[in-house]
Amino acid sequence: MLKSRTAGLVLALALVALAILPYLGIGEYALSILTLGLFFAVFAMCWDLLFGYAGEANFGATFLIGTGAYTAALMSSNGVAPPLVCVAAGAVAAVAAGVLLAFPALRLRGPYFGLVTLVAVLILRQLIILFSEYTGGEIGIAVPDIIALDSITNYHIALGTAAVTAAVLLFVVRSPFGLVLEAIGQDSLNAQVLGFSVVKYKLAAFCISAFFSGLAGALMVFYLGTASANVFVDAAVGVQIIIAAIVGGRRTIIGPILGAVFLIAASEYLRPIGSLSEMGVAVVALLVLFFLPGGLLGAVRLLRGAR
Amino acid sequence: MLLQIRGLNKRFGGLKAVDNVDLNVERGEILGLIGPNGSGKSTVMNLIMGVHRADSGSILLDGVEIAGRSPSHIAERGVSMVFQHSRPLQQQTVLQNVYLALLPNRLLNLRMSADVERSAREILDMVGLSAVAERFPSELPFAGLRRMELAKSLARKPSLLLLDEPFAGLSSSEVREFSDLIRGLRSDGRAIILVDHNVKGVRALVDRVAAMSAGQKIADDLPDAVLSNARVREVYLGGGDGTIKPVDAVPATAPTVLDISEVSVSYGKGRALDGVSLSVPAGGVTAVVGLNGAGKSSLFNAICGIVPSRGEIRFRGESLAGKRADEIARAGLVLCPETRELFGDMTVLENLKLGGRNMPVAEMRDRLAYVENLFPRLAERRRQYARTLSGGEQQQLAISRALMMKPALLLIDEPTLGLAPIILDVISEAIEAMRAAGDISLLLAEQNMTFALRHANQMYLLEHGAISWSGPSKDFMQQAGDRLL
Repeated sequence: MLKSRTAGLVLALALVALAILPYLGIGEYALSILTLGLFFAVFAMCWDLLFGYAGEANFGATFLIGTGAYTAALMSSNGVAPPLVCVAAGAVAAVAAGVLLAFPALRLRGPYFGLVTLVAVLILRQLIILFSEYTGGEIGIAVPDIIALDSITNYHIALGTAAVTAAVLLFVVRSPFGLVLEAIGQDSLNAQVLGFSVVKYKLAAFCISAFFSGLAGALMVFYLGTASANVFVDAAVGVQIIIAAIVGGRRTIIGPILGAVFLIAASEYLRPIGSLSEMGVAVVALLVLFFLPGGLLGAVRLLRGAR
Repeated sequence: MLLQIRGLNKRFGGLKAVDNVDLNVERGEILGLIGPNGSGKSTVMNLIMGVHRADSGSILLDGVEIAGRSPSHIAERGVSMVFQHSRPLQQQTVLQNVYLALLPNRLLNLRMSADVERSAREILDMVGLSAVAERFPSELPFAGLRRMELAKSLARKPSLLLLDEPFAGLSSSEVREFSDLIRGLRSDGRAIILVDHNVKGVRALVDRVAAMSAGQKIADDLPDAVLSNARVREVYLGGGDGTIKPVDAVPATAPTVLDISEVSVSYGKGRALDGVSLSVPAGGVTAVVGLNGAGKSSLFNAICGIVPSRGEIRFRGESLAGKRADEIARAGLVLCPETRELFGDMTVLENLKLGGRNMPVAEMRDRLAYVENLFPRLAERRRQYARTLSGGEQQQLAISRALMMKPALLLIDEPTLGLAPIILDVISEAIEAMRAAGDISLLLAEQNMTFALRHANQMYLLEHGAISWSGPSKDFMQQAGDRLL
């Protein structure tokens, strides 16, 4: 009990520190990177819920994110609704698309769930290119509206989204529901024999993951001003999300935040060295995987345990 | 009648795993389901639990058909199963693992409850794990994990409890404690079915025993009646008793080729071998017999350096400590493994040549002639891919490939596993030919007593990872035969 209270205090302090960060003289550029990093953190946390707890590797994170982003962008560019409604619609659309995908896919065994999610990304991408009349194809859709102009507000929106996502996901994984989910991830047969309907729990986890992925995707569209397939519907981005979650520490929810911010910051600051930067990030990720299999957060726990 | 099974069938590909089985279980009864490895007993349990779906037949629980339902549905109807191996929640405590089992199958269950925790503690108390409630599963010994899995099942308040080999991997004192615990779980409403290899292990615990062989139920009676049942004796001890004339012991003057003392092997927390000592005289056949899971393969793998072990192993007077598996094989101690490990996409001849790859050409030709003389079938099939051979031919090839390495001591792990009687004769003849030639010593691991008795000069009986009897094979049936039932 004491341990989780200390952890809660640390998290609350970290949140306050992050919230006042823009007023401590941090530059515009750094703030924009942090903003992107925090959106990315939401994606990575959502992925961790599925992989770390439910035990399903979702290679199609960008299917959910892209559905949310494009729903919001299409609605906004066609003048259907104000931004916040578009964002809410994006989150709902991601859940709907997620259920359509996951309901049949979760019945498959072994690695097939992961493969189906991967294929879903490719199909969505092709659809976007096929219907370029409406979606802008490879160029993307520019959204006319914005939620906020100044970078500090945008940063706070990203931070708020990440904080709410983290709070909800942490609450979920620590609840009895989370315990069952983790048991399913560890030994699905054993969980079934204990009377739990595996598909039901996995589907619920998938919906939660889809909701926040779609929400963050839609918000990010209004931050960037455009929805483009290379940012929102790309298997490579999905892989980056996976790397972020694993580097940060799987099955921790908080770890993926660290991993995501680290990954985005590293690739931005290493940009001057050109394509070597991707190499550098990959090497760091590899080193973490080899030497800190528990990820960055796992290393922190290890240190604390040693003391 | 709590459970009523009629005409249950299950096929896996070409194998009839369960063949028209009927089974009844009354409330408050403990039923032992026994049978050798591959007899279909675990499949029956999995069919009851819904882990596998029956091809045909009916399973009535309290008069309601449960065949074809999902495991979670069957669990909600009051059946629970303890698996031999399961992966508990590692980041949670023992208490939380039991807490999990108490949860209802409901998504909107977001608050931990003190009532549930109290129930979990009561159950832990029942299985004797209260003291370690706050520990993590990884800190528990093997027997403790077994108890925790039992606690999880009990949390479901099952009317039918299925235990799949509850005593596997436990020491004899742990087996006794665990038996007492299981006995205490019998109540008016609850029935227990437990699977085990032999009657002996469960005799004192169960009310009734059903024996299986090759997918069929061959006996269903009180434990002592099953023990003396002719069919059951035949399945466990092989053919008729006394019809085989055991081989004489090797003269005491024969030098020792392999000498093992106090060898132990552990896999994680499970101890597969516990201080085994034995010696193999040169020029004879020695057999290590025992049921599936007794530790025979672990012993053979330890001798050949494939799994790490403690204790001393000396081959022709030299210690094998620190030697790699390939060095041991080249020194003349060769294993023909239970799984055969043939190269399926290579021809018979290529497999054989791989065995003799270090030899000069002329010597290899001699050696080929020798094994093809021993197994003429292989000469006919030289160009055929190994994967297309029948099971018996594959076994001949596996033994031959091992012989190509010119072993001084050949270890054959389960030479008769899954083979038809006619193939057994071919292998029998080959073993006798090797003995007659006298330039090779043999160590066999066998479940088939008839086969072992036909060839071995001396025998070791392995039970729960320890040698429980050893001596000349002519004394075996009289002194130790009953231990195998």
